[in-house]
Amino acid sequence: MTDKSAKSEGGLDSKLKRATVAANIDTRLLAMIGAVAVIWLFFHITSGGIFLSPRNLWNLSVQTSVTAILATGMVLIIVSRNIDLSTGSLLAFLGILGAFVQTEILPLEGAHSWWLSMVVMVVAGCLAGGLQGWMIARFTIPAFVVTLGGLMFWRGAGWLFTSGRTVTPLDSTFKVIGAGSIGETWSWVVGIIGFAVLVTLTLLNRRRRKALDFGMRPVALDVVILAAAAVLIIAFVMTMNSYNFPRSEDGRGIPVPVLILIVVACVMIYVANMTRFGRYIYGYGGNPEAAELAGVNTRAVVIASFALIGGLTALGAMISTARLNAAPLSIGQLLELQVIAAAVIGGTSLTGGVGTIIGALIGALLMQSLQNGMVLLGVQSAPQQMIMACVLIFAVWFDVIYQKRRK
Amino acid sequence: MKPLVQMENIYKRFGGIHAVEDMSLELLPGEVVGLLGHNGAGKSTFIKMLSGAYQLDSGQIKIGGDVVNITNPSSAKAFGIETIYQTLALADNLDTAANIFFGREILTKFGALDEPAMEHAAIGVMGRLNPQFRKFKDPVSNLSGGQRQSVAIARALQFNARIIIMDEPTAALGPHETQMVADLIRALKREGIAIVMISHDLHDVFDLADRVSVMKNGRHVWTGTTEETNKDEVLQMVILGKLPDGSYAPGILSEENA
Repeated sequence: MTDKSAKSEGGLDSKLKRATVAANIDTRLLAMIGAVAVIWLFFHITSGGIFLSPRNLWNLSVQTSVTAILATGMVLIIVSRNIDLSTGSLLAFLGILGAFVQTEILPLEGAHSWWLSMVVMVVAGCLAGGLQGWMIARFTIPAFVVTLGGLMFWRGAGWLFTSGRTVTPLDSTFKVIGAGSIGETWSWVVGIIGFAVLVTLTLLNRRRRKALDFGMRPVALDVVILAAAAVLIIAFVMTMNSYNFPRSEDGRGIPVPVLILIVVACVMIYVANMTRFGRYIYGYGGNPEAAELAGVNTRAVVIASFALIGGLTALGAMISTARLNAAPLSIGQLLELQVIAAAVIGGTSLTGGVGTIIGALIGALLMQSLQNGMVLLGVQSAPQQMIMACVLIFAVWFDVIYQKRRK
Repeated sequence: MKPLVQMENIYKRFGGIHAVEDMSLELLPGEVVGLLGHNGAGKSTFIKMLSGAYQLDSGQIKIGGDVVNITNPSSAKAFGIETIYQTLALADNLDTAANIFFGREILTKFGALDEPAMEHAAIGVMGRLNPQFRKFKDPVSNLSGGQRQSVAIARALQFNARIIIMDEPTAALGPHETQMVADLIRALKREGIAIVMISHDLHDVFDLADRVSVMKNGRHVWTGTTEETNKDEVLQMVILGKLPDGSYAPGILSEENA
């Protein structure tokens, strides 16, 4: 058995390839980060220096959070060879439901109204998603059809609920979920905790690879990666802290939606990589028959994946409605396509089995950056939609080529 | 020696089609039995009732002398029956350890996947089968046919299989890799594992099997050791259902005429 790569020792291309493989770095991820950087620079220059201002970056991070939270769930859905077209409508329904519960069923501004309505939203979201998953898994109705039905059903249900009326205003504690931020000091605390976690994970990973006598990443590279992470974290916290409250010297700090996103992202990365459920999602996506023969309860896996994205949709609904201080029926329109685009741009393959949470987060940032930048440049919403459509198609085309070349 | 597996008078029908009729098979420990027959002869259907993919309509299966009820692939595995499918049933996007433990992951006490333990075990079991193997971090789609086959076999070995069913183990392999799989099968035999091998390749079957059993039109034609027959006779049985003495197996001719 001769190793094929040993033969092509000369080419710079293969050297680079082997170096990145040895370092365990995802080249596609790097390319995406590069694309985001290019987009940011482009908009910064064309917007006359507005794009990279703390104020705009703060807003961009809040705008990205809802798409990114949903995209982490969409990755698992698409990896397991399904699709969810209902998230935008379900978000509107859950937003209206939550608003209705906290303003009309429970006393407005009641001490427990805000969190009880949130519990109702999450439970309803999981049930709604689980119901769709059950139809897909139990009756083998294509996910495309079930969730296309969901797309119409949930917005209709929201309409019926309030007879088309927008529920507003919302509970003032609840509003923190969408419009709040944690201030300068706590932002630094979050940043430091985040960096400490990264260092611990790197050390644990090194110890584990050493114990099993596997190939080790060079220490220098780990140090470089950690240093880069530290710079990014510091830059992020400083940016968030430099956008001050109106007529005040106090920085806002990390927005609550972004904090929620960070927690969701960590949990979802853990779920995808370190749990049985995550393993079955990827295995099922890679070869459904193999999962079936291995005795995996594939129905339960599919139902759980849809319940999960339903729960994440509830989080998205909280942030969106809290930010607006209202639950209009029009909220979350075409959001599902943005979320799918974020996942696909982030390297999730529509053929199943392949995709990462991190990739989807960067994909969401890329999508949202485009939209934010176009708004800054005064692009009307009609051409905006057309451009986003082209980006989605381009991303899938890129994936098709990438998957072919890998074979 | 006491038979490890006895499949007795098995019947299976799909709608109006009799896929398997009155088929029986015995398996001794450390024995390789080649199950031969044309496409559609019923050999896969028959063996899927042992692997738990199908349930029999009538007849019985005994393991170690006890009648057992195999209801699904997991219950078959509980009886020490592991199946290596022709497609290998590997998740191409997962690595070797993930495939070996697919569906039976080792968990830490906190309920997370215990990756180090699984990788460690994977290195151990793959070392028994294929000592040169190094690509533990690669998705199995990057492996050669023979390496993929060893991952599939490692999956059975890891869980102390007593009976391994191999469906066309060499069909997709080149000569070198076929040789590798043949070595694997001999190694399994030495460990006392009973193997049923479904194959088209008479050469492989005569090379590896102790006994052959021939099926045609869902029925049993002939079973015996490889010493008491030869490839020509077996070919006659596979194609015509014609026994070495020139007669026909019961039920074969009438089926043909009908």
